[in-house]
Amino acid sequence: MSDITTLKTELTTQIEAANDLQSLDDVRVSALGKKGRITALMKTLGTMSPEERQTTGQALNALKDEIAALIKSQEAALKKQALAQRLATETQDITLSTRPQRQGAVHPVSQTMEELVTIFGAMGFKVAQGPDIEDDWHNFTALNFPPGHPAREMQDTFFLPEDPSEEGERAKKLLRTHTSSVQIRHMQNHQPPIKTICFGRTYRSDYDMTHTPMFHQMECLYIDRDVTMAHLKGCLSDFVRAFFKIDDLPVRFRPSFFPFVEPGAEVDIGYVKKPDGGIKLGKAPEGEEQKWMEILGAGMVHPNVLKNCGIDPEAYQGFAFGMGLERATMLKYGIPDLRTFFECDTRWLAHYGFDPLQRPNAATGQ
Amino acid sequence: MKFTLSWLKRHLDTDASLEEIGKALTAIGLEVEEITDRAKDFAPFKVALIEAAEKHPDADKLKVCTVKTESGMQQVVCGAPNARAGMKGIFAPENTYIPGLDVTLKKTKIRGVESCGMMVSEKEMQLSDEHKGIIEVDDSYAIGTPMAGIFGLDDPVIEIALTPNRADCAGVRGIARDLAAAGLGKLKPLQTPSVTGQGASPVKVTIEDTEGCPLFLGRYIKGVKNAPSPKWLQDQLKAVGLRPISALVDITNFICLDHARPLHVYDADKLSGDIYVRTSHKNETFRDLNVKAHTFKGNELVISDEAGPQGLAGIIGGQDTCVEEDTTNIFLECAYFKPERIARTGRALSIDSDARYRFDRGVDPAFLSEAMEIFTAMVLDICGGQASEIVTAGQEPNWQTEIEYDPAYCAQLIGLDIPQARQLEILSALGFEVSGSAPKLKIRPPSWRGDVFARADIVEEIIRIEGFDKLPAVSVINDTAVPSGAETPLLTRMRTARAALAARGLQESITWSFIGRDFAAAFGANDNQIAALTLQNPISSEMDVMRPSILPTLIEAAIRNEARGYPSAALFEVGPVFAGVKPEDQSILAAGIRTGSNAARHWADKTAARPVDLYDAKADALAALAAAGAPAENAQISADAPEYYHPGRSGALRLGKNVLAYFGEIHPATLEDMDVKFPIVAFEVFLENIPEAKKKSGTEKPYLTLEPLQPLARDFAFVVDEQTPAADIIRAAKSADKTLITGAEIFDVYQGKGVEPGQKSIALSVSIQPTEQTLTDKDLEGLMARVIDAVQQKCGGVLRG
Repeated sequence: MSDITTLKTELTTQIEAANDLQSLDDVRVSALGKKGRITALMKTLGTMSPEERQTTGQALNALKDEIAALIKSQEAALKKQALAQRLATETQDITLSTRPQRQGAVHPVSQTMEELVTIFGAMGFKVAQGPDIEDDWHNFTALNFPPGHPAREMQDTFFLPEDPSEEGERAKKLLRTHTSSVQIRHMQNHQPPIKTICFGRTYRSDYDMTHTPMFHQMECLYIDRDVTMAHLKGCLSDFVRAFFKIDDLPVRFRPSFFPFVEPGAEVDIGYVKKPDGGIKLGKAPEGEEQKWMEILGAGMVHPNVLKNCGIDPEAYQGFAFGMGLERATMLKYGIPDLRTFFECDTRWLAHYGFDPLQRPNAATGQ
Repeated sequence: MKFTLSWLKRHLDTDASLEEIGKALTAIGLEVEEITDRAKDFAPFKVALIEAAEKHPDADKLKVCTVKTESGMQQVVCGAPNARAGMKGIFAPENTYIPGLDVTLKKTKIRGVESCGMMVSEKEMQLSDEHKGIIEVDDSYAIGTPMAGIFGLDDPVIEIALTPNRADCAGVRGIARDLAAAGLGKLKPLQTPSVTGQGASPVKVTIEDTEGCPLFLGRYIKGVKNAPSPKWLQDQLKAVGLRPISALVDITNFICLDHARPLHVYDADKLSGDIYVRTSHKNETFRDLNVKAHTFKGNELVISDEAGPQGLAGIIGGQDTCVEEDTTNIFLECAYFKPERIARTGRALSIDSDARYRFDRGVDPAFLSEAMEIFTAMVLDICGGQASEIVTAGQEPNWQTEIEYDPAYCAQLIGLDIPQARQLEILSALGFEVSGSAPKLKIRPPSWRGDVFARADIVEEIIRIEGFDKLPAVSVINDTAVPSGAETPLLTRMRTARAALAARGLQESITWSFIGRDFAAAFGANDNQIAALTLQNPISSEMDVMRPSILPTLIEAAIRNEARGYPSAALFEVGPVFAGVKPEDQSILAAGIRTGSNAARHWADKTAARPVDLYDAKADALAALAAAGAPAENAQISADAPEYYHPGRSGALRLGKNVLAYFGEIHPATLEDMDVKFPIVAFEVFLENIPEAKKKSGTEKPYLTLEPLQPLARDFAFVVDEQTPAADIIRAAKSADKTLITGAEIFDVYQGKGVEPGQKSIALSVSIQPTEQTLTDKDLEGLMARVIDAVQQKCGGVLRG
C-alpha cells in the first residue's frame, strides 16, 4: 500500500510540474497509458488473494480516478494560460475607424409625407394620387373657380400649350397649383363615403425668399352623409397635435375664403416667441402672449364642387383641407430656409435627412 | 385694405378698445395683418418752449438753448437756424429713439457745452424730408402736448387682408357693418344728402356696350375750385398710405375707401362732346393717368368722348381729361361695370388700381345714386360750384336673389345648433332680409353681398359672426378595428425604393420638375414632346420644359456639390417624368447618380476609395427594384440603354417588353454638353412598370424544403471570347443540371499574361445541392463534365488548364 501512496505523491508532483500540454500528456501516458505505472499495478491484481485484491483494487481505482482528475484540471489550467498568452499577442487598436459605409438619407419632405400617411391612415384615410400636369377644368373650374374670377389670380399658374386632342377647358393645360385637382379626379371615379388624402408636387410661378416655383401640398377629403364642420375641427386638431407631437397645441379656426369650400376657414396653431427671437410651438404659459401662425386652409366642400364631380350635394357633404408640406416640415424640424429644400446640398441632406431605418410607423405614433 | 380707427368710428358707434376690434376683425374673417399705433411711437415727443437761445461760445452755427419742458428746464445745443427764444417746438428727452437718425439720445457735451435731449426736425421724425430747421408749432399748444395729436398721428392704422369674396369690405362702412353684427357696437345710419341739381348736364351719356356697363350716372358741376383738400381729409388719406393730390382727386379716393365705391372726375372743359361707354376699337390708343400709353386690342371697355377713349372703364382714367389745379368745370362718373370685363382687361394690361381692385370683386350695384349724392355734396362743400341734374344711362343690373333656407341646415352642416332666433339676428344685422317661416325661410342677401347664393353661404355668414371658436371638435375615427393599408400600390413602391436606396448610402433629393430645353433634348425628349411640354411663362429658360428624365437636375446638383468641395455625391430622387401632357404620359421613377469615389480611403480596405462604376449603379437599380417588389432575378439584361448613357458601359433590365430600369455611366459627350468634368454613373427605375404581385392563393410564402445533405461547390475557369457576356456563361453552367446546380457566381475575370488577346478568363464557382443521396466521386465527375460541356457548347468556352 505504501507503494501506492508513494506513487501518488510522485505523480502529483509530476502533474503539477508539467508546464505545457505535451509534458502533461507525457505524465498521463506514463501513469495511465497501456504501459503506464498505474496500469502496470492494475495488472498485478490478478496475482493477489481475494482479500488483498479487494483492498488493493479499491486503492488503485481511487488513485486512477484521482490522477485522471488532476490531469484534467491541470490541462484546463494550462489551456487557459496558453490562451491568455496568445491573446496577449493579438491586441488590436480599437480606436481605429471601422470600414466605411456610405450613410444615405430620406428627404425631410418624404419624411413628412410618410408621417402624414401614418397619422391619417390611423384615422382610416386612404391615399389618392393624380397627375402634375392638369387641365383648367380639374384645377380650377371643377373647384368652383369661375373663369375670370379674381381668386384664380391668387395662384400664379404655369401654363402649357393647349392639348390639340382635347377641347375647351380640358385642352388648357397647366401645372397643378394645388393638389385639390387630385380630389376632383378621385370624386369623379368614386361615390361616397370618400375618405382620402393626397399629396404631391404643386407649382406656382413665384420665386423669392419664401416661395419656390415647385413645392408640395397635402390635402384631405372626407365626404359622407353626415360629415360636419365639427368633424373637420376634430380631425384637424387631432392631426396637428399628432404631427407636431404636442398634446395641447392650441388650434384656432378663422373664417376665410376659398372658392371650393363653404364655409371656409384658415387654421392657426399657437406658438410663443422665445427671447432669442425664435419661436416655440405650443400653448403660451401664464402671462405670455399667445401668438398664432397660419398653417392650413380648410372648409366644407362647396356644393358646386360635389355637383361638378357627379356627387349629389343634397345627399352628401363633407370637409377638405390642404397644407403646404415644406412649411409644416420647416416648423416641425426647425429648418430655416425654404429654398434649401431643393438645393440638394449633400451637407444639408445629411443634416436634415432621415435614417432609412427610422421610417414613420404606427408604433412610434407616426 | 387699410383704414384708421377714427375712420372706422365715422360709421361705427363703439366703446371697444383697439385690441378688441383687432381680435373681432380676425374672428369674423377680416384677418388683421397689422395694427400700427403710431401714437405709441411718438409718445415721448412733446411740445416745449425755447426760453433762451444764446450763441455757442465755441461754434458759430450752434446755439445753446434753454428749453422749458413739461419736466423742467433743459439745456440743449441746437444747430437749427430757426431756433430762437420764444418759439415752441418738439422736444425729445434723453434716452429717446429718434427714428430719422436711428439713434437713442444720450446726454452729451457738444464742443464743451452739455446738451440734454434735442429739438427735432420733420426729417428726424420721418414726417417729411424737411430738414432746414426744427419743427415749429403754434404758440397755442401748451408745453407737454404730445406731438402725435398735433400732426394727426394719433390715429391707429389697421390693415386687413381681404379675401376676394368680400367686395363690400373694401370700404370702411362694410367693415363697420360686420363689426356691428359681431356685437362690437352700432352701425351709424348713413346720412345721404340730397343735392338738387340745376339744369340738365351739358354732357350726355350713351352706353353702347350694355353688357360691360349696365348703368352709368353722370353729373356736371361748374365753377369748382380744385385747391388742396382740407387737413382732415389729407390726414385720413396719408394715414392709409395715399398721397393727397387735390381736393377733387382726394374726394374720389376717400369715397372709394369709405364705401368701396370707385368714381371718376373728368375736367369737363377737356372733354370733346358727349360720353360713350363702348368697346375699344382695335389699335386705338390711350394715355392713362400715369402717362402710360396703351394700344387697345379691341375688347377693352372704355369711356370715350367724341375724340376717343378718355378712360379705361373701372381701372384708370386718362391723362388728357384729368383734373388739375386750374380745373373749374367737371363731369362726375359713377358707373357699374361687369366684374369679369374689368378683371380681364386689368389682368391683360397689368394695371393694379384701387378702382380695379373693387370692380374686379364687384361693387354694390344698388349704391350708385346714393354714392353720386355723397360725392356731389362733398365736392360742393369743399370745392364749391353748381351741380347739374344727374344724367342716367342704362339701368340697375338685376342682382336680387332669394335663397330657400331651413335653419336646421346649420346644425346639419357644421355640427353646431344655433337657435333660429340667433341665426336671424345675425342675418338681419348683416343686411339680409328674411321672410316666410321655417323650414322654408326665404332669404334675400343685400345688394352688396354678391358672393352669397346658396344655403351653405348663409351658414357661413352665421357661423363666422357667431364665432368659429364655438364649433365643437369631433374626432374622425377609423371604421375598422385595425386600419387597412392607406397607401396605393405605387406609393408603397415609392416608399420601399426610397428606403432601399437611402440604405445603400444615397441621399434623397428633390429637384425641379422642369429643366432647360437643351437638357430635355439631351435626355430623350423629341421636338414634339418639347413643344408640348414647354411652359408658356417659365421662371427662366433653364426651367422651361417638363423633364423627360430626373437625371439632368441630379447631375446639376452634383455639379453644385463638386463646386462646394464635395466631389463624391450619391443622390437619388423618386419623382415624376413627362412624355406628354396627358395623365397617362406621366410616370414615376426612382433615379439616382453617383460621382467621385465610393467612400473615403480606409486603412483596412484599400479598395474602399475606388471610383464609382457602373456596377454601383446596377446594384442601386437592382436594390430599388427588389425593394419595390420586382422579380429582379428574372429580368433580362440587354445593352440598349438610351443614348445619354455610355454605349459600352450601360444596360437595360427588362421583363418581356417592359423596361424595369436603365443603368450605367453617363455618356461622356452628354457630360461635356452639361459642362461636367468628372464621370457620373446613374440609374433610372420605372416603378410603374413593375408587374403587380399576383394574389397568393395560399400562404404569403411558399413551403421551404431544408435539404439534409450538405451543399458542395466546384470552381471552374473558362477562356472565352472577350465579348461573351458573363451572364451567358452562368446560364450555360446552370443549364448543365437544373436539379443539382443551385447557383453559379463569377469570382474572377482576367485578361493579360497567359490569356490570348481578344479573350478573357472567367472563373466561376458552381453551387451543387444533392437532394436524394450523397454524390459519389463518379456522380460529381459526371456533373463537372456536363458543366464544361455546356459552357463549351453554348459559349465556346475552353476549360483553362
